[in-house]
Order: sequence, then C-alpha cells, then structure tokens
Amino acid sequence: MMEVAEEPGLREIGCEHSLLSRPDGSATFVQGDTSVLAGVYGPAEIKVSREMHDKATIEVMVRPKVGLPAIQDKNHEQLIRETCESVILGTLHPRTSITIVLQVINDGGSILSCFLNAACMAMMDAGLPMNAMFCGVTCALDDDGQLIIDPNTKDQKESRTVLTFAIESSEKKVLTISSRGAYSPAEVSISLYQSCL
Amino acid sequence: MAAGFKTVEPLEYYRKFLKQNCRPDGRELSEFRTTTINVGSITTADGSALVKLGNCTVMCGIKAEFTNPPIDAPNKGYIVPNVDLTPLCSSRFRPGPPGEEAQVASQFIADVIDNSQIIQKEDLCIAKGKLAWVLHCDLICLDYDGNLLDACVIALVAALRNVRLPSVQISEDTGLAQVQLSSKSPLNILKSPVSTSFAVFDDTYIIVDPTDEEETLATGLLSIVTDEDGKLCTMRKPGGSALSPERLQDCISRAVSRHKEVQTLLDEVLLSVKTQ
Repeated sequence: MMEVAEEPGLREIGCEHSLLSRPDGSATFVQGDTSVLAGVYGPAEIKVSREMHDKATIEVMVRPKVGLPAIQDKNHEQLIRETCESVILGTLHPRTSITIVLQVINDGGSILSCFLNAACMAMMDAGLPMNAMFCGVTCALDDDGQLIIDPNTKDQKESRTVLTFAIESSEKKVLTISSRGAYSPAEVSISLYQSCL
Repeated sequence: MAAGFKTVEPLEYYRKFLKQNCRPDGRELSEFRTTTINVGSITTADGSALVKLGNCTVMCGIKAEFTNPPIDAPNKGYIVPNVDLTPLCSSRFRPGPPGEEAQVASQFIADVIDNSQIIQKEDLCIAKGKLAWVLHCDLICLDYDGNLLDACVIALVAALRNVRLPSVQISEDTGLAQVQLSSKSPLNILKSPVSTSFAVFDDTYIIVDPTDEEETLATGLLSIVTDEDGKLCTMRKPGGSALSPERLQDCISRAVSRHKEVQTLLDEVLLSVKTQ
C-alpha cells in the first residue's frame, strides 16, 4: 500500500515498501512524476577478490529507463554509494557485500534526490544497521534567486542553479552535495537551511 | 620505529600529527603542496599544460578538430574533456576501459566547463550549421598522489588559455574551408575556475589538498570550484563524514582565497610564456 504525503510547495511524495520478493529489501519512491524502484541484497556472500576484511563492500547500480548506464549514471552511483557507506554500519558485517540496485521508472526532475530517498527506504526495509537515516533534497534557484524545492524537469531547465543535498537525520548535517550552475556562497546556506526544514 | 608504527597503525599515526596541527609531510592543515605549472609543454598540441601538486602530476593536451555543429544548436562547437588514469600513475588502475574513478573525474570536469561558462561555445563555431571546432581536452594523470580533481582543473584552464587556433575562411566558390596557419589567435576565456579539495578526518579535522595516503585514510572528501567573482561553480561531496553548514562556509572561504593564489600563479606563468 503506497503511503502518500503532501506538503505545501512540494510535489506529492509517496513510498511503498517490500514490493519485490527476491531482494532482502525493496522500496519505491515517488516524487511527483519522478519514480524510482530500489532493491537491496545483503549482507551476502562476496568474491574473495572484492571482500574487505574490516567492513562490508557496498555496491550501487543505477539503471536508466532505457539503454545502458551512461557516465552521468556512474557519477550518481558513486555519490549514492559514498552516501550509503557513511550511514551503514558496515563494520558489523565484514567480508560481505551489500548491493543496492536503483531502477528509474520515470524521470520527472530531481532524480538524484529520489534515488537517495529510494535507497534509504530500501535499506530500512532490508533491516540494515544504520547510524542515521538520510534524505535527498533537490533545490533549484531561478534568475531572481527564487528557491524551488523539489523542482520538476521544466523548473530544472529554466533555473540557473540546481543543488542536491543529502542530509542525515540525527544531527541534520550535510552528507552529500552535488550541484549544477554558478551560485554564491550565501545562496548555498539559504538552500541548505530550506532543505533542512 | 616511526616507520613501523605507520605501517601497523596508519590512522593512529596520522591522528598524532593532526593533534599537533601538522601533517607527516610537514604541512599545516590548510597548506597546499607546491603547485607547479608549465604551459605549452606539447608542441604538437594546439594547447597544453603540465601541472604538479607536490607529486601529483597531470598533463593536459588540447587538440582542435573540425566537426559538424550539433543539430539542435547549429551555432555552437564542442568541448570534450576526458580524464585518463593510466596504469602508469598508480598500481590501483588497470589497463582497459576507463574505471569508475576516471569516469567520475571526466564528468566532474565536464560539469566545471558547463557550470562556469569558461568559454562561450558559440565562439567555437566557424560557419553556422556547417563547420565548428571540437576541442578534445585529454587529461592524463602521470603520477597519482591524491587531489586529482584540483590538478585536472588547473591543467585544463592553463591549457585552454594556451590554445592558439588558426583562422579559417570558407571560400565562397568551392565551399571548402581554408586554414591559415600563419595567423593564430587565442580563445576568449571568460572565467578561470579553480578547484579546492578538502579531506575530513574523524569528523573533526579538515585538511586541504590531501595526498593519496590521506585520501584513503580520510572519512570524507569535498571539492569546491570557485570562479574569480567568488561564485561557486561546482560543489561535490560524495558522502563521508557529515559537515555542519558552518564548517562548509569555512571551506568555501578557504576555496575563495586559494583561487587568488592559483590565479596569480597562472597569470605569471602565461605572461612569462608570452614574453619569451
């Protein structure tokens, strides 16, 4: 059953857990027209060549809607992997692999934040030990410095700057930043402040 | 004794230094390694630069070729950056197709070019809808010792400012392009972005310009690219230790001051080449 929440100024967000039977945890996350399906396998067995003796090896795969993963998807993979690595207590499961697969169902803007949210939800569904949760927030700044949170594709195209943050839940600190366009330091703090709300 | 301690407990070894506000190589926490820039190193390329940050060495060569402009933007040319991490630069890279780190670095450089508007892509168009320049910017790492992104961005900007393109005329009767190698002109470089990278140790210490060793031990990395107006072009923090907004602002102000240092160095180097 899809849980749906509506916040003023944001697109409708929704989340559904445990849709798939094969993965250890799965979730779909919807932000307006953007939708991502995530599956988590692990902690599971791993090839000896890739195992790490003191922590779990985390792998993230981003699958686009059509075709093969492009360079931008690799970039997203790295950002998401490093974000997940910083919250998962990997030391509890040394010499194992944790695989997170993210499938784009529809990209209607703010895709990176949707990836992050879906990954976090799926990890919770899998029952992985984590020291905090995180959420992804995308904001767009237009030419007058107006801030739009969770922009759609049209807003993103028309804006001068798009910033994506991952913010962890326990102390509201910033885990991940990714950006496009030029902006001033003050605008970063405003966006961050708004994202934390 | 110290060498043995370093091998057994590398992290503890670093912490001992960081507590005293210095690093094993003698630098302070906010001190960069010596930056060396050499432009015009490859005479067969249209523009080139060699940049060293301590031991980290990146070579940038720019080759200009003719191409058809993109159909959706007939008055623009292309810039194609590519970062190559060869097996030569570190044992962690294997021959074959580019690995994830190389792809991520290439994407980062492409983002910096797009976000900072370093040159107007319209300037690369020769004849609207018919002929345009494509600039292949090949960044090859020769010695990988951490902070690859900073070295790449400096090398790219230095090489772009070193590019001399021949003037091209399209003859009216034949419709063919005629290249005049005798008259070459530089590109119109609008911005010169500079990247500053930080590493976070144990959620408390923030150090600039990490070496390879420091990057592997650190709990988080952060790269900030600024332009000369103090605006941020790209910020990239792939997970790792969480930072409070206040500490982020500290990093941003350090990045702005680093921009001035690199800018002065770049101007000096390019001026010395011109006067020769």
